[in-house]
Amino acid sequence: MMMEAPAREPVNLAGLLKDAAFAAAIAFGLFSLLLGLKTDQTLNNQMVLVPRPGLLFTVVGLVFVGRFLIGYWQAINAGKIKKKKAAATPLALKIEKYGTAAFVGFLFVYPMVVLGTAGPSGAIKWIDNFGIQILIYIMLGWGLNIVVGLAGLLDLGYVAFYAVGAYSYALLATSEPVKEFMASTIGPSFWPLWAFWICLPVAGILAAFWGVLLGFPVLRLRGDYLAIVTLAFGEIIRLVLINWVDFSGGYAGISSIPRPSFFGVPFNATESGFAATFGLEFTPIYRTIFLFYVILVLALVTALVSTRLRRLPVGRAWEALREDEIACRSLGINTVNTKLTAFAIGAMFGGFAGAFFAARQGFISPESFVFLESAQILAIVVLGGMGSLLGVVIASILLVGGVELLRELDFLKAYFGDGFDPAQYRMLIFGACMVLMMLWKPRGLISVREPSVFLKEKKAVSSDLVKEGHG
Amino acid sequence: MSMTEKAPLLAVRGVKTYYGNIIALKGVDIDVHEGEIVTMIGANGAGKSTLMMTIFGKPQAREGSITYDGRDITRMPTHEIAHLGIAQSPEGRRVFPRMTVFENLQMGASVNNLAHFDQDLEKVCAIFPRLKERLQQRAGTLSGGEQQMLAIARALMSRPRLLLLDEPSLGLAPIVVRQIFEVIREVNRTEGMTVFLVEQNAYHALKLATRAYVMVNGLITMSGTGKELLSDPQVKAAYLEGGHH
Repeated sequence: MMMEAPAREPVNLAGLLKDAAFAAAIAFGLFSLLLGLKTDQTLNNQMVLVPRPGLLFTVVGLVFVGRFLIGYWQAINAGKIKKKKAAATPLALKIEKYGTAAFVGFLFVYPMVVLGTAGPSGAIKWIDNFGIQILIYIMLGWGLNIVVGLAGLLDLGYVAFYAVGAYSYALLATSEPVKEFMASTIGPSFWPLWAFWICLPVAGILAAFWGVLLGFPVLRLRGDYLAIVTLAFGEIIRLVLINWVDFSGGYAGISSIPRPSFFGVPFNATESGFAATFGLEFTPIYRTIFLFYVILVLALVTALVSTRLRRLPVGRAWEALREDEIACRSLGINTVNTKLTAFAIGAMFGGFAGAFFAARQGFISPESFVFLESAQILAIVVLGGMGSLLGVVIASILLVGGVELLRELDFLKAYFGDGFDPAQYRMLIFGACMVLMMLWKPRGLISVREPSVFLKEKKAVSSDLVKEGHG
Repeated sequence: MSMTEKAPLLAVRGVKTYYGNIIALKGVDIDVHEGEIVTMIGANGAGKSTLMMTIFGKPQAREGSITYDGRDITRMPTHEIAHLGIAQSPEGRRVFPRMTVFENLQMGASVNNLAHFDQDLEKVCAIFPRLKERLQQRAGTLSGGEQQMLAIARALMSRPRLLLLDEPSLGLAPIVVRQIFEVIREVNRTEGMTVFLVEQNAYHALKLATRAYVMVNGLITMSGTGKELLSDPQVKAAYLEGGHH
């Protein structure tokens, strides 16, 4: 009889087939027009419809088989899946864990993919405007994340450190005395080629120094008061850059900043240039791709350092400081040093990004370091979810990439007239996004804080308890 | 008592603390000897917590002196005082809500740089089995009693010689209060840890205490052994007739 009930429910084949047929029907409905018919032009410019039944039925068949296999796999794994779900970490943490490797891998092949699909001339836009631009903001977001997300110090003047980094590099690289000194000691071609690589750490150190300088007066401040002082600090730096014309060139900025070399090999059309050295045909795309990898590595270093720091006492102290300053002090944490290191390290990464920015643009002026930039970087951190590295990535792609995408919407001119420029609506959209986000996910896209230590066995114990209802 | 002949571990002498121009402590003298549980009871706003915080250097005493183990700590910054072997479980628990229990305990051990962390973790887990079950849970999701246990456990992680507890019974169910006080007694007996306890829950606190002080409006008005104060008619009238036993 049916008494010896199987340990596992038998797979319901009829139900699965029904499911698959249903999915196939939907696919047929969806694709019958999309794939089944193709518009084509005849030689005398007439539009004709070409039916493609073969393609249509292949796709519908694939959907049927695919749905059936997925359903079957789910059915035979039903028991296992349930168990896993009990011990599952929140989805966001899972994505952070497995998605990271895939995403980094994707970033490394991204320039090649774009180059292959869009060709050398089309690829520049995708690598530069989307790739490099977004990565700069990801790096800035990660840097600010140390100050705001981890240490909980609301900093509205982060762009100041970006500016310090950019001007440090620009001023040092274009400075005549330095150039002459290098020319007389090492050789005339040395400084333009190596300036970026030598100035990059210097820019970071100088920015960190300014971070400490900002840190001292604001040690006692928290929340709104701190925000106002940092806002003022950002403005002071910008106003000094505008008004101290002898030093920074004022509004005119600094131009002809040397571009980074491929570790001593310049990106130009000369005999000793990158293309000639490696036997390639000269195109400007190599420099762009190289810049992409430079900022990618810089950003990854930022991420690596901040994840590592979180596991060290100083990182834990930052987070504890964010949670409760008084408790921190009573546990013997030197809050002064803790705050200053947060400011310094956050500023340092801002400085690196600034030096890179100057090298990429070849020209900088105070216009690039307005408050709006600070606000945008902060928005990235807050939208992403304070303290979450992955959140910063998503928010940067949405905010920076979104703005770039607006520029691509030229076809809308057909509907709204030639004067319509979607990019002008970016602040409106930006604001609307912020409002919606705060309503929908007030703690940011990824609001789960990942613990910096995991205890494997303890976790198993707790999930067992949950199962038995002791939780 | 033989203990009183030795110099006290913590000596508070004539301490006056102000908040701006408002005086909160009007000259307080207190002794805490090694191995004692000393309790201070008093009404809301009497200055108990201010005294606790003054010992820890925030706010600093404007007059008077605080000596710990023969060293003047009156003007020392808080984090340095914590390095001398004094630990505090502050009023209102103040655990780090978004960090896990484990991370909270790690923070407690910052003073000794996580040396002998595992050992101390085991010890603390033995004292508070509830915490052991919840090591991976975020502290903010614990119940009030568990948070209080965590606050005490976190303070114990630094291996203090002197443990300052500010109102550990605040807002807790009577049964949890009894558990907490039992733990305090246990730590004092087995580890020989000196405890200075500030409480409103006078009955339990006095029962626990080796010696006790009563504070009224920033002044010590009475002192004696826990038993003496428990049977004192004035104390009874002012602090024990509320019916919290």
